[in-house]
Amino acid sequence: MKATPLSNCERRFILRAIEERKRLDGRQCYDYRNVRISFGADYGCCIVELGKTRILAQVSCELVPPKPNRPTEGILFFNLELSPMAAPGFEPGRQPELLVKLNRLIERCLRNSKCIDTESLCVVAGEKVWQIRLDLHLLNHDGNIIDAASIAGIVALCHFRRPDVSVQGEEVTVYTPEERDPVPLSIHHMPICVSFAFFQQGTYLLVDPSEREESVMDGLLVIAMNKHREICTIQSSGGIMLVKDQVLRCSKITAVKVAEITDLIQKALENDQKVRKEGGKFGFAESIPNQKITAFKMESATVDTNNVEEQAEEIITKADPPSEVFAKPILHTPGTAQIGEGMENSWGDLEESEKEEAVEEEGESEVTAFECEKIETEDTSTMRETKDEPIVLSDSEEEEVVILEPQELPKKTRTQTSSKQETTSKKAFNKRRKKKRAAH
Amino acid sequence: MAEEEEEKMAAAGGGCCLRPFSCEQGLLSRPDGSAAFLQGDTSVLAGLYGPAEVKGSKELPDRAALEVLLRPKVGLPGVVERSREQLLRQTCEAVLLGALHPRTAVTLVLQVLSDAGSLLSCCLNAACMGLLDAGLPLSSLFCGVTCALDPNGAIVLDPTTRQEQEARAVLTFAIDSTERKVLTATTKGSCSVEEMQQCLVAAQRAADTIFQFYRDSVRRKYSKS
Repeated sequence: MKATPLSNCERRFILRAIEERKRLDGRQCYDYRNVRISFGADYGCCIVELGKTRILAQVSCELVPPKPNRPTEGILFFNLELSPMAAPGFEPGRQPELLVKLNRLIERCLRNSKCIDTESLCVVAGEKVWQIRLDLHLLNHDGNIIDAASIAGIVALCHFRRPDVSVQGEEVTVYTPEERDPVPLSIHHMPICVSFAFFQQGTYLLVDPSEREESVMDGLLVIAMNKHREICTIQSSGGIMLVKDQVLRCSKITAVKVAEITDLIQKALENDQKVRKEGGKFGFAESIPNQKITAFKMESATVDTNNVEEQAEEIITKADPPSEVFAKPILHTPGTAQIGEGMENSWGDLEESEKEEAVEEEGESEVTAFECEKIETEDTSTMRETKDEPIVLSDSEEEEVVILEPQELPKKTRTQTSSKQETTSKKAFNKRRKKKRAAH
Repeated sequence: MAEEEEEKMAAAGGGCCLRPFSCEQGLLSRPDGSAAFLQGDTSVLAGLYGPAEVKGSKELPDRAALEVLLRPKVGLPGVVERSREQLLRQTCEAVLLGALHPRTAVTLVLQVLSDAGSLLSCCLNAACMGLLDAGLPLSSLFCGVTCALDPNGAIVLDPTTRQEQEARAVLTFAIDSTERKVLTATTKGSCSVEEMQQCLVAAQRAADTIFQFYRDSVRRKYSKS
């Protein structure tokens, strides 16, 4: 599906609003949208909402042999996916330029900042290390993917617990969560990206641009920083010339925003941990707001299955018995067998077929085609079954097959002018039948 | 938590108990229709675009071309996802009145948020709620019900992952809302004809509860408060 382009008047409208220091969603220039973090039932799973932008993150781990040049370091793998759900323009299986850019930025933000201690992921030097994989899925695109992705990524990594392992001599034991509590990753600091959009060659600046603002911006500056005010990554794109003051001002704003977001993340993580420890309810079901009218919950419901057996028995007894199968395979040569030799056709009365062979051929081929189709539909298991009399449908199939025989030869219809009306009606009937079959 | 649920189910008798359901509609701003469906800890998010412009090669002259994409949480979609996409597409096509929108495309994207058993039935339910939220014309609704046959032959509705692993056979049905007919049936493991019919009857009964849940959530969505 194609993305809808921005019209000229929309573009002008947004730019005019920015010049007047106004934003479409009522924010000030330096305002960040609301961040909401919800955790799934599994460890290392979270959904981060930044305004309407929504990202799902999941961390998973696996024991693998390390890279030969780094035998004592664990392996980190980051992958951001732009799901076709997020925006109509995103297509499955394609890697647009935007995705490559975002993935690279995530990697620089999380890997190159050395926020995860890779040495602690080593189990046996040179033989077994943990590979930590972070999957990020964009679910809804409303601008500023990179900030949401960096928050979701670091939250999921902090939330994740890997299975405990012990090494005794040569033997490596991986414990299940029941045997030993899983252990968290050791994370030194939390780098968080903050994006700045520039308009009119850097005259106007907006923090956390929305999707509409992103589509009219001239340049983008992304600063990744941790709460200790250390810059982890900085990237300016879009080809605008920024003055030094502008960059310094942005880094100051970043420091403030990062401190706020880090607080929020820590609070969310603590909350979740507390709930898990106390044995309360957690998971996505708990994060759905109760008061929303678009959301609805149902308590665990019992289904009465007391006389299921009787009802099933009734259906089976009502149903016609399955036709007997004459399976007497004739073995011609080893590896070649034949079944169904000398069987009678139960699909209808085909006595007259000899004298109408020429005409019949077509019909018969259709019969077999229909048969094949029937088998196919059953195979793909999208069969329709009647609740009470499941055999009714197969009856109708037989009926249809009977009608497949043309009652009269086309030659005859041409000569018999007296019964023209009758034949035409029959012809029409046959036609209708054929159409119906085609529809099947 | 899973253990607690199982205990509760055992207390309910016969293990025929659906986990708590919840559903949120229209939670994504970009898609034309969206729904998150949760069955216990299993949750699936559905986003739907369409009827919209279609790419030349996919265009169908007589009806809307329905595309279903199922995204796993970890890694890229594999063979399992592909086969489930086919199954979901055929089920949706059975109820979608695509002939009303010829030469268009309808794209349904399902994202697995968490899998704690009965994933396929949750996908089916999310897909139906997504279609409903997008306001696409449907001939009927459908719901997915998963039944597991435990080693003793007892039916367990809406099984958890552990129950699925212990089960001898796992059967998933899609059932339509007008006549409670079977739209899709898929099984894993072996079971007799009698057992399949029993599961089907149980699924049809569970479907009544699920359709009531659909009705209640849609009623709430269109209510004033």
